[in-house]
Amino acid sequence: MPEPMGFFTDTTVCIGCKACEVACKEWNQLPAENGGIRELSGDSYDNTRRLDGIHWRHVRFIEQFKGPYDGRWLMMSDVCKHCVQAGCLEVCPTGAIIRTEFDTVVIQSDVCNGCRACIAACPFGVIDVNPVSGTAQKCTLCYDRLTVGLEPACSKACPTDSIQFGTITELRTRAQKRADQLKAQGVKAALYGADSNGPLGGLNSFYLLVDEPEVYGLPRKPQLPSRNLAKSAGFSLLSAGVLGVLALVGLRKRRMDEVGAGGTGGSN
Amino acid sequence: MGSNMAECHPVAFRWPMKAKLNGAKLIHVDPRFTRTSAVADLHVPIRAGSDIAFLGGLINYVINSKRWNSDPFFKEFAVNYTNAATIIVDEFKDTEDLEGVFSGMVKFTEPAFWPYNGLEGRYDNATWAYKRGPKPPPGPIGAVTPGELARVAPGAATKDLIAKRAGPPFDDLVRSLKPGPAEKDPTLQNPHCVFQILKRHFARYTPEMVEQVCGSPKEKFIKVAEMLLENSGRDRTSAFAYAVAWTQHTYGVQMISCCALLQLLLGNIGRPGAGVMALRGHAAIQGSTDVPTLYHSIHGYLNAPSALRPHETLRDYMAAETSPTSYYGNLPKFLVSYLKSMYGAAATAENDFGYDWHPKILGDHSHMASFAAMADGKVKGMCCVGQNPATTLNGGATRRAMRELEWLVVKDNWLTETATHWYLGPEVKNGEVKIEDIKTEIFFFPSTQIAEYDGSFTNTQRMLQWHSFAAKAPGDCRTDSWFYHNLAKRLKKAYADSKLPRDQGWNNLSWDFDPDAGEEPLYPGEISARKVLREINGYQTADAKQHLKGFGELKDDGSTTCASWIYCGCFPAWDQNLTARREADPPGVPGAHLKWGWAWPANRRVMYNRASADLKGNPWSERKRWIWWDPTFVNPPDPKTAKPVPRGKWVGYDVPDFAATKAPDAQPKPDGIGLDALSGTQPFIMRADGKGWLFVPAGLVDGPLPTHYEPHESPIHNPLYKQQTSPVHKVWAPGKPYNQLAAVGDPKFPYVISTYRLTEHYLAGAMSRWLPWLAELQPELFIELGKDLAKEKGIRNLDWVVVSSPRGRIRAKALVTDRIGVMQIAGKRIHHVGMPWHWGWMGLSTGDVVNDLTSWVGDPNVSIHEGKAFVCNVEKA
Repeated sequence: MPEPMGFFTDTTVCIGCKACEVACKEWNQLPAENGGIRELSGDSYDNTRRLDGIHWRHVRFIEQFKGPYDGRWLMMSDVCKHCVQAGCLEVCPTGAIIRTEFDTVVIQSDVCNGCRACIAACPFGVIDVNPVSGTAQKCTLCYDRLTVGLEPACSKACPTDSIQFGTITELRTRAQKRADQLKAQGVKAALYGADSNGPLGGLNSFYLLVDEPEVYGLPRKPQLPSRNLAKSAGFSLLSAGVLGVLALVGLRKRRMDEVGAGGTGGSN
Repeated sequence: MGSNMAECHPVAFRWPMKAKLNGAKLIHVDPRFTRTSAVADLHVPIRAGSDIAFLGGLINYVINSKRWNSDPFFKEFAVNYTNAATIIVDEFKDTEDLEGVFSGMVKFTEPAFWPYNGLEGRYDNATWAYKRGPKPPPGPIGAVTPGELARVAPGAATKDLIAKRAGPPFDDLVRSLKPGPAEKDPTLQNPHCVFQILKRHFARYTPEMVEQVCGSPKEKFIKVAEMLLENSGRDRTSAFAYAVAWTQHTYGVQMISCCALLQLLLGNIGRPGAGVMALRGHAAIQGSTDVPTLYHSIHGYLNAPSALRPHETLRDYMAAETSPTSYYGNLPKFLVSYLKSMYGAAATAENDFGYDWHPKILGDHSHMASFAAMADGKVKGMCCVGQNPATTLNGGATRRAMRELEWLVVKDNWLTETATHWYLGPEVKNGEVKIEDIKTEIFFFPSTQIAEYDGSFTNTQRMLQWHSFAAKAPGDCRTDSWFYHNLAKRLKKAYADSKLPRDQGWNNLSWDFDPDAGEEPLYPGEISARKVLREINGYQTADAKQHLKGFGELKDDGSTTCASWIYCGCFPAWDQNLTARREADPPGVPGAHLKWGWAWPANRRVMYNRASADLKGNPWSERKRWIWWDPTFVNPPDPKTAKPVPRGKWVGYDVPDFAATKAPDAQPKPDGIGLDALSGTQPFIMRADGKGWLFVPAGLVDGPLPTHYEPHESPIHNPLYKQQTSPVHKVWAPGKPYNQLAAVGDPKFPYVISTYRLTEHYLAGAMSRWLPWLAELQPELFIELGKDLAKEKGIRNLDWVVVSSPRGRIRAKALVTDRIGVMQIAGKRIHHVGMPWHWGWMGLSTGDVVNDLTSWVGDPNVSIHEGKAFVCNVEKA
């Protein structure tokens, strides 16, 4: 079995060129929104707006200014986090969402029935229905490329190596080193999702940020949908059917907790 | 400065980001806070068009700094490797003496008919010359640039040789051009020496003045100066990167020159990690100037023969253009080999290698000059290949000019604005122009894309990289080379029977680019791209299969054929295309990557790299080692004379840009021409004195030292001099209704505007606005304006606004941001706005033509327009 693979995104060298977005669309043959004819969003240089079924990469532009020329402009290429404990996988009723041999999370389009459960379950708002296929879609971490030994299209296209692809072990070491370097320079740098003991058992696509996660549109404490469900369950009378679903979810979750406990040991 | 590298050269920007991870500091000086500023350590705002004031301020700060005056490195570099010590003639008068102009100002009279030079005045540069001792009679100095008119008459000895039709060989002719030795003061104390002149010249460029002129906060300016000083010296180097934001001005060449001056003073030229990096490459800018599609030069940066200069005969041209005491002393060899490539067997010593057949230019035939003439009905037809002028440079005037054409050929990937202006242009849409009044016949040719043919790219590092086609083009799409190749063949056929003298050059033109027998053309009628590169590289005339290995083999007797001397060596044998190499250096070594592609000249990666070693030939420091003198190196005997060669050679990581076995203590040969006229400590081998020029005695038409002038359109009077604008800048179609210009401080147009590009689109849009994946990323035209201005004008984000200049009015959506805004300039509060110019009415992503706002004014050296700094008004629509 291959080692768990993923992305480390160093936002401090992202230049917002969107090569990742275009490379992703080209490789995965995703359509442009409305054939490319759109209106200006007015939100800095971000006309992609969000991740969805046809935008599997999204570069965020965050303008933080106190006055003319006085501030900073943060950029971050966002993507599916390939969570070690993945909410989408947990709720998928058809088994369309699978964990691959690379420890990545992939939606099998031909199994998906378009029920949208995964869309609600993702704490990062990554998934949406691709209007062309009518199924839920998101980044596959270029599963087809990985299986033939190629790196994902986005990281390959990234000119500054802001998006780095590799084994999670290697990427975490590299990320820590970069964070330490920045901290030594007085930069408030923090890793997001690089901790296997952290939320969701760690993210196989993790980030180096220089501000609070919320600034980048990332939840501070991403949670599995099952946690919310469990809480609400205590306050309501539940039908047997729902209980049945919960039981199923519970089973899945236990399995994923086991994976999570193994840290990066998806391949163990 | 002058570059938004992260957005406009994102692939090359990989390396500044790698350097950043290694601890390098990045500074971005720009009117906008861009994606480059976002990753820089320091962003300094600057008013567009005021870069010379900023750079001049740095020069003044540096030469008066403690570090520059206490570390002996800087003076050692300046005294020995630059012309700091050279004395200028007493008659020279600086801008300090003449309130903003130099000595030598004369009136320019425009020729009555054509072309339109656009000049308002010109300089006679006789008073900018080096003071020289008695000599062999004085001759001209070479390397004059286009636009400069006839200046020097050859000396008596040269005239005699021309009359006698001496040569080949032309060595005596070149030798007769040698001037007397220039006077110098190595103590730099003589008031007429270059260093003292420039010290006085830049004394008024104080940090306070920089703040006034540029709007850059004084503390930030000083921080830049200190960072540069700290990162320059024996152990460290700093580099500048610029792009078209330094060229698109009425004094763009002087901006770049000013940067070179600063870098020479800091010892940052010819060394690794140093230099002034021109970020080129878009639309093949580098390649198109090397193997020129430009009117003013022939291959390898030789000046095009001109009717306005003493270029009447081959020898006149050589006398006027050859710099006898530099590597350009070999110009006769470059020129004759070029003429052999042009006219093949028809070019003989008896007919001066066909020189008389070669076309001569009549003046300025550049883009705007041609369109100004076109607007007056003086241009009959135009081939527009891979260019979209309907959206460029004073778009309204440009489209008006095109409506005067009898015929227009557009060859592009899509029906561009240039192909459709006659029925979809704004003038037609609003009823000003009626379709039936346009007499132009327009032909459209569908074009291939880059990946659909073989060829080579030349990147901004002067590196050629061969590429093979990846896919066949659809339908009838053809390459640009196919178009010109077949056009040439048809024209040759059409003129074949002509006996007119003017047609003989065309009839004798050597044109052999069809694939050889057995070689399948990529498309029917397509050329062989390899054959073209072979012709450019050159070969022995007697046997075209014997390729030349380098320009050292070129001869002036017709025995060698070479289209472009600077590319000679890229294809050194019939089966060795070095541009196709792809072997990178392994990690951990200095990384000259000499086996990746091929860089001109002679595969050198850092030009003038002799300057990376000190006078004795040792590296300035271990950290900045690049090439050095190895005195123990055992040389083989001279291959030509079989005489033994003394020990010692320049060695290192790069190909030395110096005579390989010339020792650091070598003296010039008294009778020597070319490199023999230079010593072992003169690194700048293309300059007549082997030195980097702080003061430019010849070659620039607008002054020997950079001087701050205001853009043609400016909200303020020049705070530095009485002279408002460059006194010799160009204005085409002056006073015409389609090229109206705003007066200084015109209240109708109070804001400074810059035009620029975005990562998501490419140039005039033919390669991006039709592509859905790119169109959706920047779907509409916008104007970036500051929050203060938006508040003043009641404009909210995404509101439609009208932007106007004296040339046009356009609509755009407002992007209100703090990344651009208000500046304090000369006591006035001035708003700065910016607009990307990629749009037009065709394609998926559409918008008004931003260039409808720009004007036909430009730089006197290179005729580039002033698109980076002009004035406008902004109102809520």
